[in-house]
Amino acid sequence: MSVIYIVLPLALLVVGAGVAAYVWAARSGQFDDTTTPPVRTVIEDDDAPPSGDPK
Amino acid sequence: VPGAEAASLARAQGAAGAAEAIACAHCGLPVPAGLAGEEPAFCCGGCRTAWDVLHDAGLARYYDLSERRAARVESSGRTFEEFDHPSFHELWVRGRAGGLCETDLYLEGVHCASCVWLVERTPLAVPGVARAELDMARGIVRLAWNPAATRLSSAARFLDTLGYRPHPFRGARADALRRDEDRGALIRIGVAGAIATNVMLASVALYSGRFSGMEAEFERYFRWIAMLLTAPALAWPGRVFFRGAWSSLRGRSLHMDVPVAIALAGAYARGVANTLAGRGPVYFDGVAALVFLLLVGRFLQTRAQRAAADSGELLYALSPPTARLVEDGGTREVPAEALVPGMVIEARHGETLPGDGVVIEGEARLDRSLLTGESRPADARPGDAVYAGTVVHGATLRVRVERAGEETRVALLLREVERSAARRAPIVRSADRLAGVFVAVVLVLAGLTWWGWSRVDPAKAFDHAVALLVVTCPCALALATPLAITVAIGRAARAGLLVRGGDALEALAKPATLVLDKTGTLTEGRTSLAEWEGDDAVRPAVLALERHSAHPIAAGFAAAWPGVPAAAAAGVTSTTGGGLEGEVGGRRIAIGSPAFVLARAADPAGLAARGGAGAHTPVLVAEDGRVVARAGFGDAVRPDAAATLAALRARGWRTRLLSGDATPVVLAVGARLGFAPEECTGGASPEAKLAAIEAIARGGRVVMVGDGVNDAAAIARATVGVGVKGGAEACLAAADVFLARPGVAPLAELVEGSARTLGVIRRGIAISIAYNVAGAALAIGGFIDPLVAALLMPASSLTVVLVAWRGRSFGSSNRDRDGEGPVR
Repeated sequence: MSVIYIVLPLALLVVGAGVAAYVWAARSGQFDDTTTPPVRTVIEDDDAPPSGDPK
Repeated sequence: VPGAEAASLARAQGAAGAAEAIACAHCGLPVPAGLAGEEPAFCCGGCRTAWDVLHDAGLARYYDLSERRAARVESSGRTFEEFDHPSFHELWVRGRAGGLCETDLYLEGVHCASCVWLVERTPLAVPGVARAELDMARGIVRLAWNPAATRLSSAARFLDTLGYRPHPFRGARADALRRDEDRGALIRIGVAGAIATNVMLASVALYSGRFSGMEAEFERYFRWIAMLLTAPALAWPGRVFFRGAWSSLRGRSLHMDVPVAIALAGAYARGVANTLAGRGPVYFDGVAALVFLLLVGRFLQTRAQRAAADSGELLYALSPPTARLVEDGGTREVPAEALVPGMVIEARHGETLPGDGVVIEGEARLDRSLLTGESRPADARPGDAVYAGTVVHGATLRVRVERAGEETRVALLLREVERSAARRAPIVRSADRLAGVFVAVVLVLAGLTWWGWSRVDPAKAFDHAVALLVVTCPCALALATPLAITVAIGRAARAGLLVRGGDALEALAKPATLVLDKTGTLTEGRTSLAEWEGDDAVRPAVLALERHSAHPIAAGFAAAWPGVPAAAAAGVTSTTGGGLEGEVGGRRIAIGSPAFVLARAADPAGLAARGGAGAHTPVLVAEDGRVVARAGFGDAVRPDAAATLAALRARGWRTRLLSGDATPVVLAVGARLGFAPEECTGGASPEAKLAAIEAIARGGRVVMVGDGVNDAAAIARATVGVGVKGGAEACLAAADVFLARPGVAPLAELVEGSARTLGVIRRGIAISIAYNVAGAALAIGGFIDPLVAALLMPASSLTVVLVAWRGRSFGSSNRDRDGEGPVR
C-alpha cells in the first residue's frame, strides 16, 4: 500500500498539468467566443485566409 | 370589412406570383416578374452587385455552401470616406505589430455560417487587409489591415456591398473589461472544480476507510493530502467570497458572502485542527465543493443578467456615424461627431439625417416612423424642421444643422432609454435584501446553537454550530433561481424567444398590463394596398406610371400586383404631395390624392366618396378625365394578432394600444383587434409614450411591446420591454425580450413559458428551504455532525439541479427536455 506515497503525488502532478493547461487556454482567450469556431470548421476550405493570432 | 378582404386578396395574389417566380441567383428569394428573363436572374440590384463582386474576387465558392443567407442584399451604397478620417482613427483604430492597423466593426445582418465564411474572406477580396475575424453571436468583426496598401473604407465598402453594413463598435472598452471578467470567472471555476473532485477522491478513501478499517498511517496521509489540496481552493478561487464578505462587513450590510466566508473559514480551521490532532471529522470535501458550486451559480447568474447591460453601448453604435458636409460648392463626408450647429449638410434618397435642423433646399418625403411611429411619410419643404434619425425619400435635401450629436432629439431619447434601464435595479436589490435576512437568521441560529450547547456539552458545541452553518449553506438556494432561469432562457432561445435576464421571466409570469405599439408590431409596418375598387384593366397603366416614383405608394402597388405586366409611360410628371400624371398607350392617366385627381377628372361613379373613414390613405386613378378606380393604402394587421390578443386577455392580461400614428387609424385598427376605444391612444410622441408607461407603472407591472426607436424609451422604462422581429435595433437593444420569430404569436408562448418557469423556480426554492429547515432543526438538536451535514448539502443542490433540468418551461417537445445543455 505504501506505493500510494508515490502514485498519489504523481497523479496530483498530472492534475496540476491539466489545470495549468486550462488556465493557459482561458487566459489566451480560447473560451471567449464559443459560437463562431464550430461554424468556421464546418465550412473551412483550402483557400482560407491566414487565421488570426491569439488576442 | 371590405378592406381586409381586399388585403387578403392582394396577399393571395402575391403568394401565387411568388410560387411561379424563379429564385434570385444570389439570395434565393423569388425574382419579381419585371426582372425575370435574364440569366442569371436577381431579385434586386443589391444582389446583382454582390454576385458580381464575389465572382470578381474569386469567391464564387460561396454559392456551393449548403446554408446561405436568404435575405435581399441591401447595401447603403455609401463611400465610408469617414472611416479614413483622422478623427475616426483616433477614436477607433489601434496600432498592431508589423505596422498593421486594427479595429472592431459592428456588422448589421450577420446571422449564419455563410456570413462567417464570407466576412472572413475579406482579405482575399480586398488586398491589403491582413485578416478578418468574425464573432458571429455578436456580429463584431476584427479587421487588421496594412495602411500602406489599403484603406479601411475599401474593406467597409466590400462588406457593405454584400449587405453587412459596418458601424464602428463603440462598446470596445467595456467589452474588453467584461472579457477579462469572464476569463477570470472561468479560470476560478475550472481550478475550483479540479480541486473539488480531487479532494472528493481523498474523502471517498477516508469514508470507505471508516467502514472497512484503515491503518492510522494512511488515514493521516489522506487527511493531509485533502488539507493541502483545499488550501489553494480557498486562497485562489475562494478568495472572492472572503473579499465580498469583508467589503460587506465594512459597508455594514449583510450579504450572501458573509455566512459563506464564515462557514468556509470555520470548517477549514476545524478541519486543520482535527488533522493536526489526528482525530475528529475533517470538512475539506464540503469546503472545496461549496467553493465550486457557488462559483458556478454566480457565473450562470451574471451571464443571464449580462445582456441587459449591453443596451447602452449598442445604442451608440447605431446612431448615424457620418454626415455629408456641403462646403465650397462640393460635398465631403465627415464623422457625425464633427458636426456643429450652422453647418450645411446634404442627405440623399435613403439616407438617415445625422442632426436636427431646418431644410434650406430641396423637397422630399421623410420617413419618421422610427422616431414617431407614424406610418405615413411626411413632406419636407424649405423652412421645415427635420430631426436626426428620420430617413429621406425620393430626393436630396440640404439641411442647416441646428442641433448635433448629444443634443439631437433622438440622442436625448436614447439617453432616456439608458436612464430608464439603469432605474430598473430595485428588483435586484430586493433579492439581495432577502439574502441578507436569510444570512442574519442563520448567523443568529449558529450563535445560539453554540451558546446553548456550550452549557450542555462544551466539547460538541463547535461541531454542532459548524454543522448548522454547513447544512444551511445557501448554495441550493443560490442555485435554484439562476439554474432554472438559465435552462429556461436556453430553451426559449431555441423557440425563437430571446430573453435577457431572469427578471423579465419573473415579471411576465403573472398577468399585468400589456401595452402594444401599432405600426410594425400589430401591423406589418409597410404601406401596402389594402383596398382596390374599380376597373382592373387600368392596372398595367398604374404600374407604368408608378415606375417613375420612389414613393412608398408606388412600392405598394408593385408589391400587390407582382404578376401584372407594366406598360410603358411617356411624359410623366410628378407633384410632391399630389400624385403622378402621364400618357400610357395614348390615354391620359392621373394617380394621386383625391384633391389632386379630382382637380383633373370628373367622378360620375362617386368612387371618391366610398371607402372606410380614416384607416386607409385614399388614392384615386383617373383615365382620360374620368375617375375609374379607388385604392386604399394602409398598414395590414398581422394575421396572428387577433388570436394572440384574445389568448392573452383570457389569461387575465389587460391590453392597451399606444401608437404614434393618427388617432382615427389607431381607433380603426384597435376596433378590429378587440380594443375598447378608451384603451387606444393615438398621436403619442416618444415622450408621451414614456409618460404613459410611467403612469401605468406607478399602479403596477407593465409590459411594453414595440418595434421602433420611438418605443425604445417606453420599452426601457416598462417592467418588461419586448421588441418584435424587424424592429429598429435601438428598440431591440432596450428590450428585455426579443421575439426572433415574425408576428406577435410568440407573445402568448412567452407568457405561458414564463409562468411555468416561475413554477420551476418556486419548486426549487421550496425544496432547498425544506432541506435547510430540516437540516437546521437536526443540527440545533445535535443530531448531525458536520460530516453528515456536508453530505446533506450537495444532496439538496443535486435535487434542485434535477428539478430545474426536468422542469417544463419553454417548448413542449420531449426533445428539448433530454440531454442538451443550456444555450447562451
